[in-house]
Amino acid sequence: MMTDTGRQEYAHLTGKRAFFITGLILILIALAGVAVTLGSADLSVADSYRAVLAGLFPDAVDLPDRMIESNAVGIVWGWRLHRVLFAVVAGFGLAIAGSVMQGVLRNPLASPFTLGIASAASCGASVAIILGTGVISGSLLIIGNAFLFAMLASAAIYGMARLRGMESETLILAGIALMYLFSAVTSLLQYLGTADKVQEVVFWMFGSLDKSSWPKLGIVSVVVVAVVPILLWRAWDLNALAEGDEVAASLGVPVERSMAGFMLAASLITAVIICFTGTIGFIGLVAPHITRMVIGTDHRTLLPASGLVGAVLLLGADCLARTAIPGTIIPVGIMTAFLGIPFFLYLFMKRRDG
Amino acid sequence: MPLLCARGVSFAYRNRRVLEDVSFTLDAGEVLGLVGPNGSGKTTLIRCLDRILEPEGSIRLDGRDMRSMSRPEIARMVAYVPQNRGVPGSSTVFETVLMGRRPHLRWSVSEEDKQAVSDALSLLGIGEFAARRTDRLSGGERQRVLIARALAQDARILLLDEPTSALDMRNQIEVMALLARLAEDQQLAVVTAIHDLNLAARYCHRLLILKEGRVIGSGTPSSLLTSGMVRAAYGVEAAVKDEMGVPYVVPIRPSENENLVKTP
Repeated sequence: MMTDTGRQEYAHLTGKRAFFITGLILILIALAGVAVTLGSADLSVADSYRAVLAGLFPDAVDLPDRMIESNAVGIVWGWRLHRVLFAVVAGFGLAIAGSVMQGVLRNPLASPFTLGIASAASCGASVAIILGTGVISGSLLIIGNAFLFAMLASAAIYGMARLRGMESETLILAGIALMYLFSAVTSLLQYLGTADKVQEVVFWMFGSLDKSSWPKLGIVSVVVVAVVPILLWRAWDLNALAEGDEVAASLGVPVERSMAGFMLAASLITAVIICFTGTIGFIGLVAPHITRMVIGTDHRTLLPASGLVGAVLLLGADCLARTAIPGTIIPVGIMTAFLGIPFFLYLFMKRRDG
Repeated sequence: MPLLCARGVSFAYRNRRVLEDVSFTLDAGEVLGLVGPNGSGKTTLIRCLDRILEPEGSIRLDGRDMRSMSRPEIARMVAYVPQNRGVPGSSTVFETVLMGRRPHLRWSVSEEDKQAVSDALSLLGIGEFAARRTDRLSGGERQRVLIARALAQDARILLLDEPTSALDMRNQIEVMALLARLAEDQQLAVVTAIHDLNLAARYCHRLLILKEGRVIGSGTPSSLLTSGMVRAAYGVEAAVKDEMGVPYVVPIRPSENENLVKTP
């Protein structure tokens, strides 16, 4: 019996996904152009593309004299571009980590924050700032501590899950318990710390892209570029896990091993980003939701698409954070919350009768 | 050679024995009904048969020891339909059924995969829902989606955990008739846990009655379903009538003397 039942609808869905991803890439490129113009030196959007290209291919691009005089290429490459790209890579990574966690745990509220990874990073940073102790000394002290604590939290969740059985409820409850534990430690440190140290902790926890640099961007990019292809390659396992552990096992997925691998990968991406930026919330929660509502749940497209949505959101939030109040840069972590949550609520309320 | 052969299958959750020395064989084209009271081990047995749980004893699929097979190999032989308690995911019907192709497909979806999904959808009469999300289906529609996914898996052994428990009368009959027809047409071996003895009697070729993890009876419905057996299995006094060659169980009341309720 040959039928084509449902084939057309599926082809339609596939087309919609390709359209969505293409659209996001174009939006991201446009937004990046705008983001590069922000700052004290006056540049148009066209100028910023020209400056970026001129940095890449110095011989191929003819720069107008005014751009050479104002050292536009130097400003863009030295000051602005790494921040823009950092926002893109961080948003991309955080959103993919959130998608993976929500998929594995089958819980729409799972994210690096509900699982205690972010509060562990904050705790690590607090230890470094207030007590001045950590694994690495010098300028990397805070970053190293934040990263280490974040990975420690995910290892602890994994350990508890191994003892208790690798189920999504176990992982979530273990994560929530850890989140409160690390928050309590951070609070204690703040109580004990001096006013200026406490302020430094608070600023760290806001989350911002102010401290981005090319080397930091390099480290984050290496991790994202190494881990994301593996996640994409295993996307069918994520699809199967989303249907339930038993179903996944009956479809040939090694359930416990996959869950552990996915959680490790998502934790690693999250930790390497937030140890540089501080707590940037809601991207990992909101971006996957938005994407799922538009193009559905196949992780082969859900992962890259929510990564792109996350990149657009974080870059957009950073642009707003730098321009909303003239002369003041609002930490982007605060901005993502202001932007993400109402949007998220709107989509959620709209979906109920849709 | 039987398609499915279980010998001495036992399983314990930590210290609690749930299955004790269960043995049976099943040929292609047959539907085996697992019946018995709540907690008698039906679901556990089904999970052992798909190696979602690792039991003691031996299970052979088409002559091959299940323990020597990899997970994907098992998945190409055995499909599992879980109890229908609402679908956790919210993907479309087409994609949910496509998941059944996971043991066969590479990263991209081939023509063959899509064809298998289309065929399964139209066989179950749910083609019109292809683009709908699974969390917006009725219980009966969802049950069909889960069965379609198992069919798309192209496995010769089909395991179902109470496929009729969430369904209305008509859907119950339709699903059971479908299973019987599939077993015959596609030469599948079907194992289904089922609570309704009368449905089981009508549509299953053979029954396996479990109580406290042990097999207390195995055979054709008409040889097995007697008032004595219903009392032994469920502690219920029942009249068993003959309805055109199919036994029909009418429960009357709980057995009064617990001592009479003994495993034969």
